[in-house]
Amino acid sequence: MITEQRVPGGMITTRPPFITGRLSEMISELRNPVKWARRWSLWPLPFATACCGIEVMALGASRYDIGRFGAEAMRFSPRQADLLICAGRVAIKMMPILQHIYKQMTEPKWVMSMGACASTGGEFNVYATVQGVDQFLPVDVYVPGCPPRPEQLLEGLMLIQRLIDDGKSCLSYERAKGMRMRVKPEKITTLETVSNTVNEVLQRKGDL
Amino acid sequence: MAETADNKTLKVGVPGPLGSAGARGISVPADQPYGAWHPAVQSLQSRFGTTFQPFPLVINRAGPTDQVCLKVPAGQLLDVMRFLHDDDRCRFDLLSDLTCVDYLYFPNATDRYGVTYTLVSTPLRHRLWIKCYTNDPEPAVPSVTSIWKGANWQEREVWDMFGVRFPGHPDLRRILLWEGYGSHPLRKDYPPQGLGERANFEILGPQSA
Amino acid sequence: MDQANEQLIAGQRFTLEPDEMQADRWILNFGPQHPATHTTLRLVLILDGERIVDCVPDIGYLHSGFEKLGEVHDINQYVTVTDRTNYLSPVMNNLAWHGAWEKLFGIELTPRCKVIRTIVGELARIQDHVLSAGASALDLGAFTPFLYLFEDRELIYDLLEEISGARYMNSYTRLGGLFRDITPDWPRHVREFLNHMPKTLADCETLLLRNRIFIERLRGIGCVSRDDATNWSLTGVVARASGVLRDLRKDEPYLCFEQNWDGHGSSPVDFKVPVSDMGDTYARFVLRLEEIKQSLHIIAQLIDNIPPGPVNTASEEKINLPDKTEVWGSIEGLIHHFEIVMWNRGWEPPVGEAYGAVESPNGELGLYLVSSGGRVPYRARWRPPSFINYQCFGDLIKGHQVSDVVAVLGSLNIIAAELDR
Repeated sequence: MITEQRVPGGMITTRPPFITGRLSEMISELRNPVKWARRWSLWPLPFATACCGIEVMALGASRYDIGRFGAEAMRFSPRQADLLICAGRVAIKMMPILQHIYKQMTEPKWVMSMGACASTGGEFNVYATVQGVDQFLPVDVYVPGCPPRPEQLLEGLMLIQRLIDDGKSCLSYERAKGMRMRVKPEKITTLETVSNTVNEVLQRKGDL
Repeated sequence: MAETADNKTLKVGVPGPLGSAGARGISVPADQPYGAWHPAVQSLQSRFGTTFQPFPLVINRAGPTDQVCLKVPAGQLLDVMRFLHDDDRCRFDLLSDLTCVDYLYFPNATDRYGVTYTLVSTPLRHRLWIKCYTNDPEPAVPSVTSIWKGANWQEREVWDMFGVRFPGHPDLRRILLWEGYGSHPLRKDYPPQGLGERANFEILGPQSA
Repeated sequence: MDQANEQLIAGQRFTLEPDEMQADRWILNFGPQHPATHTTLRLVLILDGERIVDCVPDIGYLHSGFEKLGEVHDINQYVTVTDRTNYLSPVMNNLAWHGAWEKLFGIELTPRCKVIRTIVGELARIQDHVLSAGASALDLGAFTPFLYLFEDRELIYDLLEEISGARYMNSYTRLGGLFRDITPDWPRHVREFLNHMPKTLADCETLLLRNRIFIERLRGIGCVSRDDATNWSLTGVVARASGVLRDLRKDEPYLCFEQNWDGHGSSPVDFKVPVSDMGDTYARFVLRLEEIKQSLHIIAQLIDNIPPGPVNTASEEKINLPDKTEVWGSIEGLIHHFEIVMWNRGWEPPVGEAYGAVESPNGELGLYLVSSGGRVPYRARWRPPSFINYQCFGDLIKGHQVSDVVAVLGSLNIIAAELDR
């Protein structure tokens, strides 16, 4: 089985089960190596809108080095990512895009709400911002702070790893049962409306 | 390529003499009317007469500041602006800032919207503030995009936030909020938390795509 | 100017022939979720093959009502919000905010406060240029300079954390002074940083400015002429790369850039304003690196000569919170403390308006303040350099290739929170 040991730095290291376990255990518990592989190869999608995004960059840089946790492969394409780090406040205009990106991610997927603004709206209690992305997305881990220090973000990442170890269902359609609100993307902005706008602009300029 | 990259493109220089009426630093002469020392004000008064009286933006504990402001009616705005841009003693080639203030609850205010222009002259290094007031129900101020291209987005922002129209603007759309947003949020009668825009989403079922 | 003319002529090869406008076009939606657009910018590009025929920037994806928030927070509360505008250099926004208020009040700062604010402001400038240079190199595929430069940014984080207690969002200034004085060891740590930074800069210049691929991707791309730059209201590095000799630190000096800033006849800090007349993306990149050197030079002059004395204005002026010994030791100090803290008391700014601006890393960062006499501003308007610099982008990118979008965006250094506010 998985053997965990805590090292002084607080990092949980896991030995691969197919090295420690017997062959029969390994075959009967095939999900363990899968978990092991998942937890050490999280590919985050930094949805970095604001200040928190700079701290995500700090996490990727050399001092904090998210690569120690196997999550250094930042992917900006949702099809290649399995951890959505929602870093920064989300304006109402942005929310459909965030949902759209979440839907495009492949299963299994996890969501981390980084910082006070993404979690609750933070100090931006105004007309234009979403007061917590958990109204629209199933959030797994909230990282407090404004913005959180990179150490806190690492702790959040380790919490995601523990969630993976727990092996609870993380399929989004099951988790989204509790969610009531969904924004209809067409309401705010779609490519069609934008291309209409573009055509209007061009017509006004006399180019078309 | 590398040699030219290092030195030749780069000229390290010091700008010329300092401005006469920058944002601060001038001692206001007491023996003449306020603003008379400003070359742009002199030039403007010699062209348009003394209809535009300069006044300080604020009188604080150190006395009136050197930030000279002029109130210009909307009908004359374009003429005045073009003059300020072209005249040799003004040469305001940079529209530093264009904004609006809603004076709805301001003490002793008579007009509601005050569109404020901050003009800078990069060769002569002075500044001037122009205020143009407009009122409900159809607040409008002529667009200055024909003089300064940089006014484009700033006027769009004022339209978005205050609902002041700019006739003559090439593309007056909302810029920060989306089309269809009902209100103009920086008006004083608009609450900071909005009129329900945060909650009134169309709710679709969780299973819908 | 000959070089500039050559470049502008070179830039004209990008102008479009009328028949090209009639060709088949594609519409490419660029962003808002894209690494090079820093997630919140959106461009709608109209393409003819790889060539951009027209570009419509669509912004507002991070609009969060900063100016509306300014009407409900008081002067010292709002400083936390100012941190979040240009989040690459938070302290610079603090300086702009309280600098504008001090202009409205007519407050004169103490010399020690001026020196510390100047140093901190220059650290913020380095912080900003380091990240924007590193990120624009990263967008063009050079990962190593980003890592090198970010490590120096971390060193600045450490320095600012030492004096303000916060690593990133410092909120260091207060009306008429600072949150608190510097620590005794701080000048030594700054000097260590001053010794370290030039090595990083030299490394990055070797890596990038001798890299033929990097140079060729920047040269002659996104040219702005001098007249266009002023007409588009460009300020800061973007304008100076086009030959506009304008730096608020020289033209409208504040803090230690002013003549006689300490009241004893001190001359302003010595530094040079790097200017180029090329106007292209490459010039903007080089000017950023050059400004870092000038900022290091400014800090080196000031760090050994921080004058003694208080950092806050005298307590008779009733602007700053009194010293804690005064609060705990005397009834006047206690009353004074409460008068500033209580919501229905506090400062009484003059009724009127004021404009204050600092030379932020992106350009002229101004605040147009309207006060109706209360402790909460009646209106707080940001003059955001990113917003105003970005509006020329649609015209700037016309005729270029799609891959140039990333290079030009990186060189303009658009900060989304300052853009949308």
